[in-house]
Amino acid sequence: MSGAVGAAAQGLVRLPVWRARFVLAALLVAFAALVLRALYLQALKTDFLQEKGDARYSRVLEVPATRGRVLDRNGEALAVSTPVKSIWAIPADAQLKPAQKRKLAALLGMTTGDLDKKLADPSRDFVYLKRQLPPDTAEAITELGLHGIYDQREFRRYYPAGEVTAHLIGFTGVDDAGQEGVELAHQDALGGRAGSRRVIKDRLGWVVEDVESIRAAQDGKDLTLAIDSKIQSLAYSALKSAVVANRAKAGALIALDVRTGEVLALANVPSFNPNNRTRLSGAQLRNRVITDLFEPGSTLKPFTVALALESGKVTPQTTIPTGPGRLTIAKYTIRDVHPSLALTVTQVLQKSSNVGAAKIALSLPREAMWDLFHRVGFGTAPQLGFPGAAAGRLRPYRSWKPVEQATMSYGHGISLSLIQLARAYTVFATDGELLPLTLVKTDAAVTGERVVSPQTARAVRAMLETAVQPGGTGPRARIMGWRVAGKTGTAHKQENGGYAAHKYLASFVGLAPVSAPRVVIAVMLDEPAAGHHYGGEVAAPVFAQVMQGTLRLLGVAHDAPLEPLEAPSEIDAAGEST
Amino acid sequence: MAKLNLLLLAVLVACALGLVTSQHKGRKLFSELERERERARELDIEYGRLQLEASTWGLHSRVEWIAAGTLGLRTPDPRRVRLIGRDTPR
Repeated sequence: MSGAVGAAAQGLVRLPVWRARFVLAALLVAFAALVLRALYLQALKTDFLQEKGDARYSRVLEVPATRGRVLDRNGEALAVSTPVKSIWAIPADAQLKPAQKRKLAALLGMTTGDLDKKLADPSRDFVYLKRQLPPDTAEAITELGLHGIYDQREFRRYYPAGEVTAHLIGFTGVDDAGQEGVELAHQDALGGRAGSRRVIKDRLGWVVEDVESIRAAQDGKDLTLAIDSKIQSLAYSALKSAVVANRAKAGALIALDVRTGEVLALANVPSFNPNNRTRLSGAQLRNRVITDLFEPGSTLKPFTVALALESGKVTPQTTIPTGPGRLTIAKYTIRDVHPSLALTVTQVLQKSSNVGAAKIALSLPREAMWDLFHRVGFGTAPQLGFPGAAAGRLRPYRSWKPVEQATMSYGHGISLSLIQLARAYTVFATDGELLPLTLVKTDAAVTGERVVSPQTARAVRAMLETAVQPGGTGPRARIMGWRVAGKTGTAHKQENGGYAAHKYLASFVGLAPVSAPRVVIAVMLDEPAAGHHYGGEVAAPVFAQVMQGTLRLLGVAHDAPLEPLEAPSEIDAAGEST
Repeated sequence: MAKLNLLLLAVLVACALGLVTSQHKGRKLFSELERERERARELDIEYGRLQLEASTWGLHSRVEWIAAGTLGLRTPDPRRVRLIGRDTPR
């Protein structure tokens, strides 16, 4: 009692114990609430909050990648990407005054009515007003400072050589991905991969710190093609003027380097301008060198002759009876344009005798003929890495009838692409080896696969040289200063399951210089309609023009005296019927 | 003991200031780097544009047209051309 009295006496009030306990408990509860809240924020909602926090200052930036350039073998640009701007709008935000609208429409190159139409639907969040504008126009639009109008950087592909290289290079779509030709074939290497990175931006929008690279941007690699733009340009212009002069429907040309298997030029007429692809027709887009098939005609005779020489049954001097210029097999008659009683094997090629070629073919087993055609690449798509490379049609020999074997000897009943034909002629240019071809610059000598013996290849080459001499079918293929060898072809076009009487495919395949072949060129003209239709009259001059320029540009040494060539007389310019 | 604590405090303050300064410097350098990168990209783009322009002006058909038309040049007669032998072709 005295203690309590003492405490009271000292001015102290004794409080009930529960009050202290209450306060303690209240503090504990509050503390627990804090812990729980912290746990909730830190452990359960941390991702969401972190994201919200980052959103205040960190940004993910797109790192654009440029598409690789396409260059020719001398480093000249054939396809280059440059940045352009696309203008887009949020229609609901774009409330423009009439004056602003007029200015914008003028810069976009459209009428205000068109602009109104694009901005008409306010429910859309994103409308392209115009894609791929030049940067300065886009900048002028940005400077108008219009609300709800934005720009976006894109790339546009330009092709400085235009129609000259259109079929080979192809083109890209509006999203900068390859759609045709080399652009499509090498899409993986050319097309870069856009990257992205996370950065910290300050109040003014400057990047102040790089936080992480989410994905590194990878620029596309430049691609150096095998073609030489000088030769290409020469080939295209020569072919184009020949197509115009002969009123042909189309033309195609390919030039190969015999040392490396590189494609030096690849031209197609009609062509198109890859920089402006409105109003394109299917005929313009067709690549007649690689993806189109045709019946080659007489340009196939050298292979029949090569096989006969290989088998040892004939020599170049063996005489083949070809009289009376007709040969009938099972109701089908093979004819010669210039009938003669007998021709040597060399003359069969020189005069391009169908009867002679058919007789030679019939003396050979059909299996061996199929085998040779197969080994020079007919019926197999060449390994070019080019989209849509055609394989051609070579039927299995078991289904060949004798008449078909005969017509195949002069290139009917078999179809192939011009590039296959040119490649097959590398056999005669390289002493018997079939070269692998490449569209990409390698600049390294290649060895091909042996198809015929060197003796046979050289013998056929010598015969092919006589075919362009006076007395042969293609004297117009000769050029001053270099010895040339080659074969003309004039095939009837197939139509409705038969052969059209007055529609022809004129072709010429040849090589030069004969002493050490360096270049193979194949030319084809589709339906020449200006009076002449023989390969020797229509295609051979194109060959000569392009071959001369190519040899000059490559600096190939002359192997013939520099004397003007006597103009072939009308009698010499012998025609052939296939 | 108090002396040591004061010393440590001074070191701490110095370190903190150093950190702030270096971070500031780092950001400054980074923004400079960023500007240079942007410039590099712009130059690359301009290079592409110039390459394009060079190809356009140097189109073979154009060169040929000017050579033959304006300058009156022509391919020499092959007989007037001397080829210098080069046994190791390119």
